[in-house]
Amino acid sequence: MAKTTNLIEVKNLRRTFGDGVQTQALRDVSFSVKPGEFVAIMGPSGSGKSTLMHILGLLDRASGGEYKFEGKNVNSLGDNELALLRNEKIGFIFQSFNLLQRATVLKNVALPLIYSKNKSNRDARAKKVLESVGLSHRLNYFTNQISGGERQRVAIARALVNNASVIFADEPTGNLDSKSGLQIMKILNRLNTEGHTIILVTHETYTAECAQRIIQMKDGEIISDEKVEKRRGIHSKDVIK
Amino acid sequence: MFQAILQSFTTSINALWSNKVRSFLTMLGIIIGVGSVIVIMSIGAGAQNLILSQIESLGTNLIAVIPGHSEEEGFASVMSGFAVTTLKYDDVQSLRDNRDIPNIIEVAGYNKGFGSVKWRSESYNTSLTGTTASYLEVESGKIEKGRFFTKEEEKNLARVAVLGNDVKDELFGQSDAVGQRIKISNYTFEVIGVLKERGVVAFEDYDDQIFLPIKTAQRMMGINHIGLIRAKIDSEENFEKAIADIKIALRGQHNIKDQSGQSDDFSVRSSAQALGLLTMITDALKYFLTAMAALSLLVGGIGIMNIMLISVTERTREIGLRKALGANNFHILGQFLMEAVFITVLGGLIGIAGGILISFLVSVGAQILGYDWAFLILPSSILFALIVSIGIGLFFGFYPARKAGKLNPIKALRYE
Repeated sequence: MAKTTNLIEVKNLRRTFGDGVQTQALRDVSFSVKPGEFVAIMGPSGSGKSTLMHILGLLDRASGGEYKFEGKNVNSLGDNELALLRNEKIGFIFQSFNLLQRATVLKNVALPLIYSKNKSNRDARAKKVLESVGLSHRLNYFTNQISGGERQRVAIARALVNNASVIFADEPTGNLDSKSGLQIMKILNRLNTEGHTIILVTHETYTAECAQRIIQMKDGEIISDEKVEKRRGIHSKDVIK
Repeated sequence: MFQAILQSFTTSINALWSNKVRSFLTMLGIIIGVGSVIVIMSIGAGAQNLILSQIESLGTNLIAVIPGHSEEEGFASVMSGFAVTTLKYDDVQSLRDNRDIPNIIEVAGYNKGFGSVKWRSESYNTSLTGTTASYLEVESGKIEKGRFFTKEEEKNLARVAVLGNDVKDELFGQSDAVGQRIKISNYTFEVIGVLKERGVVAFEDYDDQIFLPIKTAQRMMGINHIGLIRAKIDSEENFEKAIADIKIALRGQHNIKDQSGQSDDFSVRSSAQALGLLTMITDALKYFLTAMAALSLLVGGIGIMNIMLISVTERTREIGLRKALGANNFHILGQFLMEAVFITVLGGLIGIAGGILISFLVSVGAQILGYDWAFLILPSSILFALIVSIGIGLFFGFYPARKAGKLNPIKALRYE
C-alpha cells in the first residue's frame, strides 16, 4: 500500500504551561492532515484548540511529542528556521484581524513579502490576491477606513500572498456579523477547492460545518475526529475515532 | 541585502513619522549634545586661532629668559607662585652687550606690579611695567605721542612714565597727557609719552599699563631682581643657536660651571615653545569642554534607549504579527536598531546644522565686538559628531532592539 505524504503529522503532542504549578494544555495529541484538507478544530474555551493551532502554525513549541511538517521534524528547528517556514508555507487569519493601522490595505497584504526570499513585484502580487478577495477598489485605504468583513478579507489576502501550503484561521468570523462571516467562510471554501489546506479553529458549528473534517477537543485531548461528507446537501458523518 | 536595509529604513521612517512629536523630543537630547560639541569645537578653534595670532603679532622671533630652573616643555618654576630672584639687571646688560651672541637684535628686561596712579582728582588702578629703553624695539610697540624713555633715564632712576592708551584715556580723557605730572604710589612722575592702542594679547592688556624705567620701578617695588628678559632674534632659523648662546652667556654671568643645564638657575624659552605650550593648554581646555558636551550625548542616548523600550512595549503585538508572518529575530532587531540609528543620525544632522549656525553667530558677534575672530568649523568635528551619533544609536538602541527581536511570537501577539 502506497504511503500518503501528510502535510501535518503530530504524535503524542504535549504542551504544559507554568514553572511551578503546571497546567497541561495539550495531552498526547496525535493526528495528521493531508494536503488539500479542510479541518475544523472545535471545542469549548480552555480545551486547548488555540494552543494546538499555535504549535501547528509554528508560533509556539510543544513541550513533548513529535511534529512533522511536510515530513520534516520541526522540533529540532531554530527560531529563524521556523520563521522562514511560517513565511513560505503558512498563512494566518486571526479573529482580531491583526492588521497594521498605519499601513494601507496594499501594504498590509504585501507585509509577508518583506521577509520573503522572493521580494520581487511585491505590490503587483499583493494587488493580485486583493483582487481575488474582491478588494481591488480598496488598495490605498487605511485599515480603519474599511469594514470588519473587508478587514478580514485583507487578512485572507495577506495569508495568501506568499502562496502558503496551509492557512490557519483562528475564529475568523468571531468579530463579524453573520453576513460578513458567511462571506468569509465562502472565500475559505473556495480557497480549499482551489487546493489550499485550511485548518480552522472555531466554536461556531455553522463555520465548522464548512470543513471536511471536524476534530473535537476537550481538556487538551482529542475526543473525536470526524469526516463530514457534504453530498447532495446531506451531512453524513464518518466517524474515524 | 540592500533591499532589506532599504525596507527596514522605510519601515523605521513610517514608525517614527507616526509619532512625530515623540520622535522629535527623543532627538532633542542628541540635537543639543551634537550641537554643543560642534559649537565648543568651533569656538575653541576660533579662540585658539585668535590667541595664537595675537601672540604671533607680538613676534615669533622672541626668546624669553625666566628666573629659576625648569624642564624644557614644562611650566616654569615662577608659575609655582614663589618669587624667584635669580635674574638681575646686569643679566640684561650682559646679553645686550655680549658680542658672542650675534643673532640678538635687542634685549629687554621686565618687572611687573600693580599700583594706583593719580592725576589731579583722577585716580586709576593699573598694571606697572618696569622695563628697559629697548622695550619698543623688542615688542614692536609704537609711540602715539611723545617719546619712550632713553637708556640714560633707565640707568639714572629717572621719574618718567609712558602711558598705555587706556590709562591715558582714563586719567586725561581728551586732554594732552605728555608733560603732565602724575603720582604713582606717592612718587611723582612726568608723563613723557603715550603708546599706540594695541589691545589684549595673550591675556595681557597692553593698553592698561604704565611703563617705567626698570631701575626706577625696582626701587619703587623694593626689589633688585628681574621678572623676565626678552631677546629679539634676527631670524627664527637662528633660534636654537641663540638659545644655546644665551644659556652659555648667562651661565658665565652666574658662575655656573655645569654646561648640562641641570644647575641652571634660569630657563630659556622661544616664543615657538610658548606657542606650543599655549596650544597644548587651549587644546586640553577644548577637549575637556567637548567631553562635557559629550556627556549630554550620553544623557540623550539614555533617553533614546528609554523611548525605544517604550516603543517595543507599545508595539509588542505588531512585533508578534511580523514574526507570525515570517520575520525572524534579525529582521525585528534590524528594524528597531535602524529606528534608533535613524533618530540619532537625524538628530545629529540637525545638531550639526544648529551648531554651525550658532558658531557662525558667535563669530559674527565677536567680530562686531572688535575681535579678529575666524569662523572655523573643523571637518573632523562634523565627522566626529556623525560617527558619535551613529554609535549612540547602535549602542543605546541595541538592548531594546534585541529585546524586541527575542520576543516570543505568540506571547507578543496576545499582548494587551
